[in-house]
Amino acid sequence: MQTTSKNRLNALLIPLFSILLGFIFGAILMLLFGYNPIDAYSAMLMGVFNSPYFMGEAIRQATVLTFTGLGFAIAFKAGFFNIGVAGQLLAGWVAAIWVALSFPDLPRIILLTLSLGAAIIAGAVWAGIAGALRAYFGTSEVIVTIMLNYTALHLTNYIIRSVLATGNTTEIVGENASLRVGWLTTLTQGSRINMGLFIAIIVVILYWVFMTQTTAGFEVRAVGLNPDASTYAGMSAKRNIILSMLISGGLAGLGGAVHGLGTFGNLFTQSGLPSLGFNGIAVALLGLGNPVGIFFSSILFGVLDVGAGFMPNRAGVPDEMADIVIAAIIFFVGANYVIRLVLDKMQSNKTAEKGGE
Amino acid sequence: MNIVSLLQLIVSSSLVYAAPLIFTALGGTFSERSGVVNIGLEGIMVMGAFMSAIFNLTFYSTFGAMTPWLGLLAGGVIGILFSLIHAVATINLRADHIVSGTVINLAAPALAVFLTRAIYGAAQTGPLARSFGFSNIFLLEKIPVIGPIFFQNTSGPAYLGILTAIIAWVVLFKTRFGLRLRSVGEHPHAAETLGINVYLMKYSGVLISGFLGGIGGAIQAQAIHNEFGILTVAGQGFISMAAMIFGKWNPLGAMGAAIFFGFAQSLARIGNYIPIIQDVPGIWLQVLPYLLTIVILVGVVGRSTAPKDLGNTFVKSK
Repeated sequence: MQTTSKNRLNALLIPLFSILLGFIFGAILMLLFGYNPIDAYSAMLMGVFNSPYFMGEAIRQATVLTFTGLGFAIAFKAGFFNIGVAGQLLAGWVAAIWVALSFPDLPRIILLTLSLGAAIIAGAVWAGIAGALRAYFGTSEVIVTIMLNYTALHLTNYIIRSVLATGNTTEIVGENASLRVGWLTTLTQGSRINMGLFIAIIVVILYWVFMTQTTAGFEVRAVGLNPDASTYAGMSAKRNIILSMLISGGLAGLGGAVHGLGTFGNLFTQSGLPSLGFNGIAVALLGLGNPVGIFFSSILFGVLDVGAGFMPNRAGVPDEMADIVIAAIIFFVGANYVIRLVLDKMQSNKTAEKGGE
Repeated sequence: MNIVSLLQLIVSSSLVYAAPLIFTALGGTFSERSGVVNIGLEGIMVMGAFMSAIFNLTFYSTFGAMTPWLGLLAGGVIGILFSLIHAVATINLRADHIVSGTVINLAAPALAVFLTRAIYGAAQTGPLARSFGFSNIFLLEKIPVIGPIFFQNTSGPAYLGILTAIIAWVVLFKTRFGLRLRSVGEHPHAAETLGINVYLMKYSGVLISGFLGGIGGAIQAQAIHNEFGILTVAGQGFISMAAMIFGKWNPLGAMGAAIFFGFAQSLARIGNYIPIIQDVPGIWLQVLPYLLTIVILVGVVGRSTAPKDLGNTFVKSK
């Protein structure tokens, strides 16, 4: 009993310490280059929290991050490192916009279901390739998903220029395919926040139910913890690899659809892979694979992302600072051995003091 | 275009694109032979590219024509510094190798663009003062037929890479240091009982990979893109890792695979001049290097074996 409560405490303390250390690292770096970190951080936070519009934008960003984060997390639980969430997000984005532009006259509920469904399938197929290759040929999913990322990037740009449009952007999808709702937009003074938020919350709950309450979820976790033991217990490692990669890609694809139909309403050529994919990895690692943790991590990174836009003008700091802070936070999460060591020391010191009294 | 000049074009542009891959794949080989997975090579290349661009622009007036070659060293040094993060995280702090590598890959572009903005006030450096251009290889260029195809107007860094691959092979397989490095990647506890300093060997492997990966990035910036920006390094670090696997963790094999991937990358640029290939739609040539990497990995895995203790954290015996 004592160890579980200690583990629970650590599960909360490690991310909190990592966030703190990440911000401190960013501050030191800014000091080294002659910037004022307090100005920069307060510009970031004030910029977001003083305006309903930018709060809406931060939550909108967090919504998509929740999907990519959960997508990465489920594969990670099964023991796979899906760096391809960025490409799977793009695949979902393309599919959603394609369907929405192809059937503009369908009723809203049907068109949205079709678009989101197509996006989930597109993302799942894109990740499933890596899952199947891993399951049947033992090919490293890390390299395969990265290669599929760049393939998705080039294919997306090609599809936009040659199939969906003639220039670099597609038309805006019709009202029927938009995820935006009037009252949310009015509430946040015109931000692009959308129904994706509610879909994200539902998916967080479904993810928790799947992982903790179903046999399939249990198998995914078991295979991740020890593939040999779970095979011995009669679970199919191959099936679970492919299943977890399909769900992983499906979630990333859904994120792409929410980004496409909610944030932008169209698709445009990309010069690089969307950072939402890689930040999804960061969100999942910070949330330590817990769906609620991932949701809150997404909100933090949403605020960082949107708030970063205020740093160049108000504090003169390049907005890449936010990405550096994110990377530093994940470094400390990854190297949590040290944080655990310090926490253990503190706890054992406490018990030693008590014993001395 | 006659056959000799066509071959010359194919060979030289393959080598131009292969040069960064050769160095980075060699780097990956050293790191993985010591048991540390380094997917951070992509990020290390970004830092190497960034540093060499800064060096190139700042010191052209001092070093003139030698600048890009010295820029390689600048890239290598920043590569060592950056790989030190990966070494500390994976070897001392027991971080997961892939997580730590991902951190490097997240941090490097952000840091490099942050610094570029801090120095130049823009996200790109703009054209470099002097790029590698094309060189002739001393004496070998005089050989009839072969000379013009392989050694005239070709990529200097690629030949330096081939030379480095040979040296790397000798170091790994013919020296005491190489034997120790490999033993640590295969069975660190056995190596420890024989008195080998496992941490030192792992640090050497990772730092050498940082040096070579940094050089790879420096070539990418100074020979191919002629500037530094966020798009200078786009997956070359990962393609290099695939080349390393394709080359069965052997420096010479990695070099050969890197040249092959260089050829695949160059097709998108020179495909228009080659009969048959010029009829293939451009999009296929663009995605070819990536799809080819996957196909080759699928075909090669099973027949090539990684170092036995790859990716595990070594905890010193008490």
